[in-house]
Amino acid sequence: MDMPTESEVLSGAEIVIRSLIAEDVEYVFGYPGGTVLFIYDALFKQDKVKHILVRHEQAAAHAADGYARATGKPGVVLVTSGPGATNSVTGIATAYMDSIPLVIISGQVPTTLIGNDAFQEVDFVGITRPCVKHNFLVNDVKKLAATLKKAFHIATTGRPGPVVVDIPKDITAQMATFDYPQTVEMRSYKPVVNGHPGQIRRAAELILSAKKPVIYSGGGVVLGNASEELTEFTKMLGYPITQTLMGLGSYPATDQQFIGMLGMHGTYEANMAMHECDVLVAVGARFDDRVTGDVKKFCPDAKIIHIDIDPASISKNVQIDIPIVGSVDKVLRELTRAVKETLQKPDAEALAAWWKQIEEWRAIHCLYYDKGSDLIKPQYVIEKLWEVTDGASGDAFITSDVGQHQMWAAQYYKFVKPRRWINSGGLGTMGFGLPSAMGVQLAHPGATVACVTGEASFQMCLQELSTCKQFDLPIKILCLNNRYMGMVRQWQEMFYDKRYSHSYMDALPDFVKLVESYGHVGMRIDKPADVEGAMREAFKMKDKLVFLDFITDQAENVYPMIAAGRGQHEMMLSPNKEEESI
Amino acid sequence: MRHIISVLLENEAGALSRVAGLFTARGYNIESLTVAPTEDPSLSRMTLVTRGSESVIEQITKQLNKLVDAVKLVDLTEGLHIERELLLMKVKASNNNQREEAKRLVDIFQGRIIEVSENSYVLEVTGRGEKIEAFIKAIEPSLIIEVVRTGASGIGRGNRSLQV
Ligand SMILES: Cc1ncc(C[n+]2csc(CCOP(=O)(O)OP(=O)(O)O)c2C)c(N)n1
Repeated sequence: MDMPTESEVLSGAEIVIRSLIAEDVEYVFGYPGGTVLFIYDALFKQDKVKHILVRHEQAAAHAADGYARATGKPGVVLVTSGPGATNSVTGIATAYMDSIPLVIISGQVPTTLIGNDAFQEVDFVGITRPCVKHNFLVNDVKKLAATLKKAFHIATTGRPGPVVVDIPKDITAQMATFDYPQTVEMRSYKPVVNGHPGQIRRAAELILSAKKPVIYSGGGVVLGNASEELTEFTKMLGYPITQTLMGLGSYPATDQQFIGMLGMHGTYEANMAMHECDVLVAVGARFDDRVTGDVKKFCPDAKIIHIDIDPASISKNVQIDIPIVGSVDKVLRELTRAVKETLQKPDAEALAAWWKQIEEWRAIHCLYYDKGSDLIKPQYVIEKLWEVTDGASGDAFITSDVGQHQMWAAQYYKFVKPRRWINSGGLGTMGFGLPSAMGVQLAHPGATVACVTGEASFQMCLQELSTCKQFDLPIKILCLNNRYMGMVRQWQEMFYDKRYSHSYMDALPDFVKLVESYGHVGMRIDKPADVEGAMREAFKMKDKLVFLDFITDQAENVYPMIAAGRGQHEMMLSPNKEEESI
Repeated sequence: MRHIISVLLENEAGALSRVAGLFTARGYNIESLTVAPTEDPSLSRMTLVTRGSESVIEQITKQLNKLVDAVKLVDLTEGLHIERELLLMKVKASNNNQREEAKRLVDIFQGRIIEVSENSYVLEVTGRGEKIEAFIKAIEPSLIIEVVRTGASGIGRGNRSLQV
């Protein structure tokens, strides 16, 4: 008979740390304060879990998020009650919208003071309820370990997401037997993993009957580690594949079957193919409004198959013909087998005609931009970044902020591996780029990590330059400096008669001096001819953070574009482009 | 369409606010909501009445199911079910006419007078929502002092049941 293992009696704070160790947590991203001092004291007394001190709690959540996106493991955040907790909310909401597994441990005022408007008290469970997968307030030290176990379980299974565990200070001081559960059994939470066999068979038949098929995949394929399965499935069929902003990298963008990103700033060929397709296979995607445009005009002729782990994603925005709930890797494997078992092949003739049509759309070269300009074109910077970081190998990690630069990075950097393109797609959080890059670099110390940013976004979390210095994070920051909140300016130019209301970035700092003052290297580049050289020099500095301030063409806009409320087939192409094609 | 949805929830702090928050955040209607523990103290049963198109109702049930605290759910309106609501009404009863009127209507609606005081009666009526509404309409408005409705709760008929 097994002897019961001797259980130790530990303080709540020690239980927190021991639970993190039991979960194999490498890094905690945090910032101390009154209600978490016992936990910080317990951190101090051990060396298994490393703490990364950020300079703002928003960055703690983004850094943990970047770590999670780059590794697939949950990111862990530790913040104090009140302002520490509220500062992290933007980061939590960012992770929630992109289904990123995080466990956020927040301090809370002692149980005896809860509800008294105590110093630094805020109802954090209440504040975060709409932007977490789940949250807990621990009111009994005996439940602490089991609650943390549940938090990790919920964050990482099913459709992942952030989970908050709010721990009152007195609980962290009280003693209890530490007994970390090996498994969790929750009658109220049992995500479905296996797709329904009947639905899979029906889907296989529909897929084979298609004359104009399109595969549309999203972030779910990245989160569900299903790139290989997606690639095999797509190759087997020979069908065109398009991806969402969040899906990029889970199918190699350099492959002929890849027809580019879809949606508002997707390629012409991807959006046209969507509009005209007769069978759409959506995999781990959620029919976001930035993808569908006007839903009434979305894929008007298509029968739609939707594979997703989250039943609530199905038929939320667009009515689905064949839903398959399950984990994308399993379902894709079964679907691939089901297609093979029919012993039928896709309609070769129809497929050839379909590809011919797609190649005609592709021949428009919708991502064309003026290569003869005296000004640095942002698209050119990204193309060079791809070359300098050996984009074809797919090894570099690229994070981004939010705005035009994000769209250019998505359009011009051809991602060939999953978990390499790290950006805030759902919430669109400016300030995400640098702190998320910190998490990525910590997860992959030897890897090339670049952050593509804009001068406005960068200023939202630039205090993290200090964290980067303290922890020697040699991130390469590429700032596409157009002296505007470019994306805002673009909308004002197009839809508000060029009234550039408060979108000019006045009083910019000298970024070179700024980063130098933190002990990093800065470079300013204002001529196209210097772009590549500067970049090569920067990426050679393996152990330094280098900030490249590219002074780019202020007037450049992101094309192609589907204006809000328009259909997929109503794309605006670059004006340059239109002149050229006349 | 009006739907009655019954949910078994973990009897955890905050479970109710998760449901209420979901409805406001996603812009769903709630007509009524009742909740109380079941014979198993770790479970609460909630009944909510909502209105929406078929696709909205489908989303509501999916989103409710997605709540980590939700153990099981049934849309009672999808099959045969019994629906009941309790009404408590305080009416003026300071003269014979008023007392007779209250007694007469309570009889017709198979309700009860459950408290008698010098100037008022408290009436109790149970039934489906329409019956409760009909009763309220039948009483002369000037006699009504106070109306308390619990909102609907419901249970499936025959073999239909919601249990863990
Ligand atoms: C926190 C936050 N505030 C506001 C916005 C709205 N917004 C979207 S893009 C953008 C401009 C970004 O400017 P910049 O970082 O310079 O990038 P650019 O578009 O010029 O490439 C703004 C203000 C946002 N996405 N996030």
